[in-house]
Amino acid sequence: MNLQEQNISDNNFESCIKCTICTVYCPVTAVNPDYPGPKQAGPDGERYRLKRPYFYDEALKYCLNCKRCEVACPNDVKIGDIIQAARIKYASHGPSLRDTMLANTDFMGQFATRLAPVVNFSLGLKPVKYLMDKVLRIDDHRTFPKYSGTRFESWFRKKAEAAQESFTKHVSYFHGCYVNYNYPQLGKDLVTVMNALGYGVRLLDREKCCGVAKIANRCIDEATRDGENNLRAIREAVGRGDEVLATSSTCCFTMRDEYPHLLHLDNHDVRDHIMLATLFIYRLLDEGKARIAFRKDYRKKIAYHTPCHMEKLGWTIFSTSLLQMIPGVDFIKLDSHCCGIAGTYGFKKENYAYSQGIGAPLFDQIRASGCDFVACDCETCKWQIEMSAGVPVLNPISVLADAIDIEETRRLNGVS
Amino acid sequence: MKFDTIIIGGGLSGLVCGIECARSGRRTAIVSAGQSALHFWSGSFEFLGSQGGKRIIEKPLYHAGSLDPSHPYRKIGIDRTAALLDRTVPLLAEAGIKAHGSLERNHYRMTPLGFTKPAWLTLDDYLAFGNLSDLEGKKAAVINIYSYIDFYPRFLEAGLRKLGAECTSADVNVPQLDILRQSTTEMRATNMSRFLRDDAVDALAREVEKASAGADMVVMPAVLGIFSDEPVARLRRGVSRPIYFVATTPASVPGVRCQLSLRDLFIRLGGQFMPGDTVTRGDFQGNRLRKIYTVNFGDIPLEADNFVISTGSFFGHGLIADLEKIYEPVFGLDIEAAPNRDDWYDKDFYAPQPYMGYGVVTDTHFRPRRHGETVDNLYATGALLSGFNALHEGSGAGITLATAFHAADQITKE
Repeated sequence: MNLQEQNISDNNFESCIKCTICTVYCPVTAVNPDYPGPKQAGPDGERYRLKRPYFYDEALKYCLNCKRCEVACPNDVKIGDIIQAARIKYASHGPSLRDTMLANTDFMGQFATRLAPVVNFSLGLKPVKYLMDKVLRIDDHRTFPKYSGTRFESWFRKKAEAAQESFTKHVSYFHGCYVNYNYPQLGKDLVTVMNALGYGVRLLDREKCCGVAKIANRCIDEATRDGENNLRAIREAVGRGDEVLATSSTCCFTMRDEYPHLLHLDNHDVRDHIMLATLFIYRLLDEGKARIAFRKDYRKKIAYHTPCHMEKLGWTIFSTSLLQMIPGVDFIKLDSHCCGIAGTYGFKKENYAYSQGIGAPLFDQIRASGCDFVACDCETCKWQIEMSAGVPVLNPISVLADAIDIEETRRLNGVS
Repeated sequence: MKFDTIIIGGGLSGLVCGIECARSGRRTAIVSAGQSALHFWSGSFEFLGSQGGKRIIEKPLYHAGSLDPSHPYRKIGIDRTAALLDRTVPLLAEAGIKAHGSLERNHYRMTPLGFTKPAWLTLDDYLAFGNLSDLEGKKAAVINIYSYIDFYPRFLEAGLRKLGAECTSADVNVPQLDILRQSTTEMRATNMSRFLRDDAVDALAREVEKASAGADMVVMPAVLGIFSDEPVARLRRGVSRPIYFVATTPASVPGVRCQLSLRDLFIRLGGQFMPGDTVTRGDFQGNRLRKIYTVNFGDIPLEADNFVISTGSFFGHGLIADLEKIYEPVFGLDIEAAPNRDDWYDKDFYAPQPYMGYGVVTDTHFRPRRHGETVDNLYATGALLSGFNALHEGSGAGITLATAFHAADQITKE
């Protein structure tokens, strides 16, 4: 029997040696002194909380859940998980109306896409913003992402689905709320690229939100139900031989790691089949299973931003390698630095100033870079950077869709 | 995914080896599992501090010649070691870190607890002196930041007095730091360094100037300059006396600065730095390592012509000790260690501890062995190696750097 192993809890807070390195890399500690820092909020506080829940500190709500503390930890302590699990377990009051609204991306999206022109118009109006700021405490500096009049799923069923079964190889696509309700173009781009590479695209059966916003806003029962549903759909896809691709690093990270760590959903049988589209494509090309041809006239200066959950996944190199394959691209890799928005976090009035403070060095670097646009695998980073640095942001899949010579790529992969 | 060289470990040794490989034009990756021991850096590097029963030696290069032939310096050769280590100061300068010192003659540094220790290189801004008599009769003002929790000026004062210095001490404060006091646990050097910039440095300079009136020199904890030299330069401009820093822990300001600066230099030279990932196993073919697998990459292998393992000793998890055995967890490399747990320790806490000399067994080129066979394209560097007790002899950084340069040279001159 190994006593040292018997001694360690699931969240291994006992492995913390109090080195404080996590604190050095915490984006919140750098700007918000009300936040006790990851070491104190995580493993140190956990010892007290286990003794008495009284020691729970409401300031843990300032944690972005970026997981940069976990990337930095020399002892592999799940610091971010400890903090989020404590918020779920100990916070004294339930989520507010605002937090529930921000968390329910599916519900809000279904409502808003039906009335997209009205909703988009209203959300841009000063009096509406003023009221949301004063009543709901959603900061009026924020620009809301526009809702789309047509959902991605509707477009797919009408315009793309029929052609997909003619392919011999398939992938399943977890599009996420953003693609479905706000930005179907990214989903369309994925279909274009995968089809050109010789793969048909399928949707998951009744996909729900990955749950990241519900977890962050402590709507845990709903997040768990959505997670169970998604795992059912993912198992079905994996059962028919598909890999499940996402275009959002956060959706992907949530389903792979937050499901087991925070929602206690066992995903070990399918976890390795949930991956980012850029990883899947890089691997196809690297192993010679598909070929790609690029347009000769594509000329762009692209700066890549590493989302925090991409840093945690450790998959940045797949996205950046694909972008660097494009002959006409002048590539810049921005310093890996949190943009500050962290999903719904930056929409909350009490977090707005910290959110912008965290991202400030990144915005400066982007503005100084002279790039045509920023490439990034996360939609909320996109909202933050577009609003704060004034530079457009594209998902690497959209960049590929624009940069590849579609006809030639289809020909190379034997697609008629 | 294919590279020319893959280095496992992103601490001082891995970064320096990576920088040298990337500079030669090789496609180089560093896989780093969490941040490194460099975060506890004192601001000084040691080459050889004590030897042959002498607690402090003055001429380290001369004494290195009488080290055991199995010692890494002797395996490389003393002249060659010196030539390799001469590349350290220019490399640090390229990364934006300024240090000075000599292999011929140790200088002295002072620890935050007031102990005098021999050193080979010390950062330009840090408390160091060539002779033990240099501080005699000097008036030193030890300045602390009010309510800073990781610095105990009394110890330092006692150390300075022992060397014949006169000491005054004072706490200073600037309003820009009040913000940190809202959380009792966050009054840390690295946190202060984020707020001590621009106007806050000018305010600090005025306070330090006032509090050190009549002194010849100022000694302060290293609480500024984590991302650049500018705050320190600005402080110097505002204070009429020379200022010397002493690095404090946990998480030392010069340590974080050095780690980030070396990492940035590696990336500038085209290297791929993969943070927060752990190598789980390797695929060997005969005596060659072909591929490695990591937690984040799952079943996607990382391939390379050459590999370097710089995973550190027990602290870096390069070596693991459980109740029965000591082992190297990535590849199961052969280890030099006493088989019986009772022999790992000396019951006298202050005696040289045998376990500190444990590490992987290597051939003359620092290629480790696995199941008794040398791995032809794998090099081990730094604290993972056996044949020395870095703490006891004061040689950690010298070995870390010399073996890193040595491995890089063997790879790039193939």
